[in-house]
Amino acid sequence: MAFSHKHLIDIRDYSADDIALLLDTAERFRAINERRIKKVPVLKGYTVVNMFNEPSTRTRSSFEIAEKRLSCDTLNFGGSSTSTVKGESLDDTVETLCAYKIDMIVVRDKHAGVPRKVADKSGVSVIDAGDGKHQHPTQALLDLFTIREHLGRIDGLKVGIVGDVSHSRVCGSLVPALKTMGAHVTLVAPPTLLPPAPLALGADAVTSNLDEVLPELDVVYMLRIQQERLEGAPFPSLREYSMLFGLNERRDKLLRPEAIVCHPGPINRGVELDAFMADHPTRSVILDQVYAGVLVRMAALYLLLGGDESIS
Amino acid sequence: MALLLKNAHVIDPQVGLNEEGCEILIRDGVIVEVGHGLSMAKGVERDLGGKVVVPGLVDIHVHLRDPGQEYKEDIESGTRAAAHGGFTDICCMPNTNPIIDTGSVVEYVASKAAKVGKCRVHVSGACTKGEKGEALSEMGDMVAHGAVMFTDDGRGVQDAGMMRRVMDYAAQFGKAVSSHCQDESLVGKGQINEGAVSTRLGLLGWPAAGEEIQIARDIEISKLTGCPIHVQHLSSAHGLDLVRRGKEDGAKVTCEVTPHHMFLTEESIGDDYNTYFKVNPPLRTAEDAEAVVAGVIDGTVDCIVTDHAPHADHEKACEFELAPFGMTGIETSVGLVVDKLVRTGKITWERMIELMSVNPRRVIGIERVAIEPGSRADLTVIDPDLEWTVTPDCFESKSKNCGFTGWTITGRATDVYVGGYATMQDGAITSEPIHL
Repeated sequence: MAFSHKHLIDIRDYSADDIALLLDTAERFRAINERRIKKVPVLKGYTVVNMFNEPSTRTRSSFEIAEKRLSCDTLNFGGSSTSTVKGESLDDTVETLCAYKIDMIVVRDKHAGVPRKVADKSGVSVIDAGDGKHQHPTQALLDLFTIREHLGRIDGLKVGIVGDVSHSRVCGSLVPALKTMGAHVTLVAPPTLLPPAPLALGADAVTSNLDEVLPELDVVYMLRIQQERLEGAPFPSLREYSMLFGLNERRDKLLRPEAIVCHPGPINRGVELDAFMADHPTRSVILDQVYAGVLVRMAALYLLLGGDESIS
Repeated sequence: MALLLKNAHVIDPQVGLNEEGCEILIRDGVIVEVGHGLSMAKGVERDLGGKVVVPGLVDIHVHLRDPGQEYKEDIESGTRAAAHGGFTDICCMPNTNPIIDTGSVVEYVASKAAKVGKCRVHVSGACTKGEKGEALSEMGDMVAHGAVMFTDDGRGVQDAGMMRRVMDYAAQFGKAVSSHCQDESLVGKGQINEGAVSTRLGLLGWPAAGEEIQIARDIEISKLTGCPIHVQHLSSAHGLDLVRRGKEDGAKVTCEVTPHHMFLTEESIGDDYNTYFKVNPPLRTAEDAEAVVAGVIDGTVDCIVTDHAPHADHEKACEFELAPFGMTGIETSVGLVVDKLVRTGKITWERMIELMSVNPRRVIGIERVAIEPGSRADLTVIDPDLEWTVTPDCFESKSKNCGFTGWTITGRATDVYVGGYATMQDGAITSEPIHL
């Protein structure tokens, strides 16, 4: 099956076959990551720029590790030293990067739509590593990978996404990706943390009653309360939020025995998850998600830069 | 000097005129005779076969950006653009730098526009000092220098008590207050219409209620104070209903709409986050756009304006959330209205003239212009069949941020006469400044 994409920007551009190929390719990269020498020369000579215009530790680390294990040459560009801070325009920054003769830009930005603009301006492959409140497609892919790994499928699963949907770029990609793969998605949040038209994301249902939906779910996906992004105090206190929407030992009893708990990290312990749930030996798959992040990013880099499915 | 416009289709609902093959004789800037088989001893003749001649068109919502942001537009480029778009008169907005909130800034704009001599420019003054919404501006001084209307355009007056004071005070000058309706506590940093598209694109929503709440408020304050209220760039179906109801109640309320709120919707904003479509108030739903057009047809809407808002390329070529609000429109408005409303039969030429000539003059309280003997010869000539494509190089404006770029439009103004002299002839701006 041919992989025809140049960019990974909008997960809605990807068919179920495209996503399956990415997940299968990620699975093939697992072996490399289990070796003592965790590096293959498949992208040797390719230059990838990690353009992170917004602070990021986890996503950037994960991309860097993925790039290094594929032998890319990488340039980390951004953070507090970005030219944007010096008043350079996005277009000028991108043109400058392109003058280095690069092959791909991995873009993180606090403004929605920037990866598309970078792609249009640069002409090179672009991966969206999170743009504003819009999308975060590699996060969605690593979530799908982890869910499939633990439950053997995605099709037909019932997934509840709980928490700050309104500020979540994870939801912008995860909801459509889950729908593409045949899952049933329920958004669970207080109305003040829902976007204006939550169903426009593609979800099947929306509710503010967590206890009511928990017994049906195969996957409970807990979103992080992004305290840095909250505007206008959307709930009265973390205490009340945790009471209504936190996953804890009491709510564990409402879950089906095989249900798993995901979280994109970093966790606010005691807010969306208590220690019992965060460290739960069978339910919590949070560290598997982190590992899956390296695998799916390797797969995305590899396929977008022209690799085929013959990697072994 | 005498000028004879021949063989034109002359339309003016004010005098019940709609005749083809008609002639207009103009002497010393004034219409002398309208009829058939006119002649003159000496003068200039223009054959306007196939063209429509209407009373000079007026756009009462224009940003000239001068003083202060001349890199976007200045009085010369802005008035050339107005003439190129088919307008004899415009009314410019006060959110310049400095803000037009004193008589001296009104004077600066008016005198510079007169020197350029391309278009009659009427000035809206700010209704509060610095458009801060805190203290009354010197409206009396501005009226003494020719200001025609008061508004804090670009911002809504946030405090209802302040708006009441503004309207109480403005009433003594017989001027309307025009209102940019935007409740900042509801709108916040909203980027585009709140709804499915804002959700999908991950952009903060700008809910229609943030506009409607101030429309409702200002109509009530108008009733309280007796001061006429003109609702600017109305964008939502419900907002239009509020105006409709206000009119039924006998309130002194008028309103205006723009071509972009009629012919574009939030769906125009695609995954490429084209900042040309970032306007304030935002493009709304298809239902809203339909309702706005319905208001244009049924008479609820008084004026079509452009809210011509020039911005430099470097300001629009950036992250959507960082781009300024606004699109240009003064050079595409007439063509779009002819193409989408008149040629489709949704409105008559007569209705278009009411919306773009008669009512705008009435709202800002300037001299009536009609196609009859004795009237000032301010005329717009339109070729209703001319097909053209909107391209970045077709503008007189310094800025290119037009959301209709790439559209092919049938109909445009070809000639404009101001006081009997051409500011545009056969689509080209004339070189000599005319005496205003």
